[in-house]
Amino acid sequence: MISVGLFNYWACMILMMIGLYTAIARPNLVKKLIGLSIFQVSVFLLYISMGKVSGGTAPILGEGIDTYSNPLPHVLILTAIVVGIATLSLGLALVVRIGEAYDTIEEDEIIERDVVND
Amino acid sequence: MIDMHLPILLIVVPLVSAPLCVLLRQKTLVWAFASLVCVASLGIASMLLIRVLEEGVISYAIGGWIAPWGIEYRVDTINAFVLLLVSIIAAVLMFFALPSVADEISGKQHYLFYTAYLLCFTGLMGIAITGDAFNVFVFLEISSLSSYTLIALGRDRRALTASYQYLIMGTLGATFIVIGIGLMYMMTGTLNMFDLSERLPAMFETRTAMVAFAFLTVGMLIKLAMFPMHMWLPNAYCYAPSLVTAFLAATATKVSIYVFLRFTFTVWGAEFVFEKLKLDAFLIPLSLIGIYVASLSAIYQTNIKRLLAYSSVAQIGYMMLGIGFVSITGLTGGIVHLFNHALMKAALFLSVGCAVLRLGSSDLADWKGLGRRMPVTMAAFVLAGLSLIGVPLTVGFVSKWYLILAALEKGWWPIALLALLSSLLAVIYVWRVVEVAYFQKADDDSNVKEAPLMMQISMWVLTGATLYFGIQTDLTVNVAQRAAGLLLGVTP
Repeated sequence: MISVGLFNYWACMILMMIGLYTAIARPNLVKKLIGLSIFQVSVFLLYISMGKVSGGTAPILGEGIDTYSNPLPHVLILTAIVVGIATLSLGLALVVRIGEAYDTIEEDEIIERDVVND
Repeated sequence: MIDMHLPILLIVVPLVSAPLCVLLRQKTLVWAFASLVCVASLGIASMLLIRVLEEGVISYAIGGWIAPWGIEYRVDTINAFVLLLVSIIAAVLMFFALPSVADEISGKQHYLFYTAYLLCFTGLMGIAITGDAFNVFVFLEISSLSSYTLIALGRDRRALTASYQYLIMGTLGATFIVIGIGLMYMMTGTLNMFDLSERLPAMFETRTAMVAFAFLTVGMLIKLAMFPMHMWLPNAYCYAPSLVTAFLAATATKVSIYVFLRFTFTVWGAEFVFEKLKLDAFLIPLSLIGIYVASLSAIYQTNIKRLLAYSSVAQIGYMMLGIGFVSITGLTGGIVHLFNHALMKAALFLSVGCAVLRLGSSDLADWKGLGRRMPVTMAAFVLAGLSLIGVPLTVGFVSKWYLILAALEKGWWPIALLALLSSLLAVIYVWRVVEVAYFQKADDDSNVKEAPLMMQISMWVLTGATLYFGIQTDLTVNVAQRAAGLLLGVTP
């Protein structure tokens, strides 16, 4: 039962590692950004999971209900989602301009072309 | 009445002004407006520091929601000092901005440049002023996203890749910080820093608290470019427009160091971090290795901006070394160096900016004979360079003095010796530039004019400050000592 109860956290950690690995190891700039996004999403999951109170319902006042889930982490994550979108769009915009300037978005080829220029 | 609302005004004024820049559009008008905003912020920040020194901690509840429920802005000696530093740099750089931006940024993008500049400024001030852990993350991202934009405005196409690399590293760092904050919230149910510091001690034994601390610390170390997590910094500083390099070098890493101080000392407490987890056993060796590796890399650079960027990594090593001593003297040294290094590095990057304006290049080979062609600019470079080395009567000497004093106080004379010897490396890399500029003949003898007066004003104000604060140490050292005492919870 313990492993089931911690399912969210396992999922979160697995996603986090997938994202981190992709962001670091992939040479393609767009794939790196996808990895970065997965990494950020795993953190959203972490926050949302911790807000859940077992047996609690949505935090809306109602008769006969006395246990509510904690809404604060959800609100925090709304902010983080906005930040994530801003980061992703800025990153993609940079990739577009890198693509225009170098004619490639593979990291190793970019490094090669800069070395030739020097 | 307005006195009450100073802390929030410091954030709201530049934040609201940033989109107004987009509406103004006209180049000179936008510049004048942005300058006005920076000067106004400088005024507010100095009023805050004066009030804090007189009355003690100022707490401001946003929207009247009392902490720990609402977001609290909390100003004490340390962050009042950081706020003043950031606003001084931002305001002084505005003189430099008009001719430099006109030269390096295409005319259509000027208003966007100033918008991003003000946003970055807002973010940095916000990080420094807030007393709420999650708010730190939000402001961190405001400043980071706008600094990625600013770096990408550089003329070289490598500015784009530098900015991209910084974006990946910066976002990873910031996300690590959010994970840390999230886990802290999980254990304590609060995000207010002051409240956290009271509730965390009960949780110190749990693994969640340890993991939270680990994520948070690694995230902050990436953000402040601690060796070996500094890889994003040299490229970002090298290819960004001159003004942006000077601004970021003087403020961004310094504010990150402030965040590190705030979380390790105020939120977690020196006892937990340094006595139980022994973070100093990790910080001190890494700082020393960082100082040597980065200084040696600086010696071999052929581009002056990149040389100075590596020297920045080394100087961050000195600040972290001071923090790693965990004593009043050590922290004083670290905090004073934070202020002093901001002044001298900004002055150095500004003199490079002046040369770039006239020569169009910051390659060492193009600087041949510059000592005769642009004597005023090179004079400023040499004076600020002396500060970097730590020659007496400059600010660099003051901070190194306290660092070495702190090492001797603990009886760690090998560290004191190593810190002294590392100054010799600074002598070498500053000398390389001086040698090329003064003792080599220029390839072409075409006349180069000095940089415009506006740029020289900024450059000389900062260079003058490195000398002034090197001789008149009372102000900086006193404030730093009070800040250090506050962080360690003792009155010096």
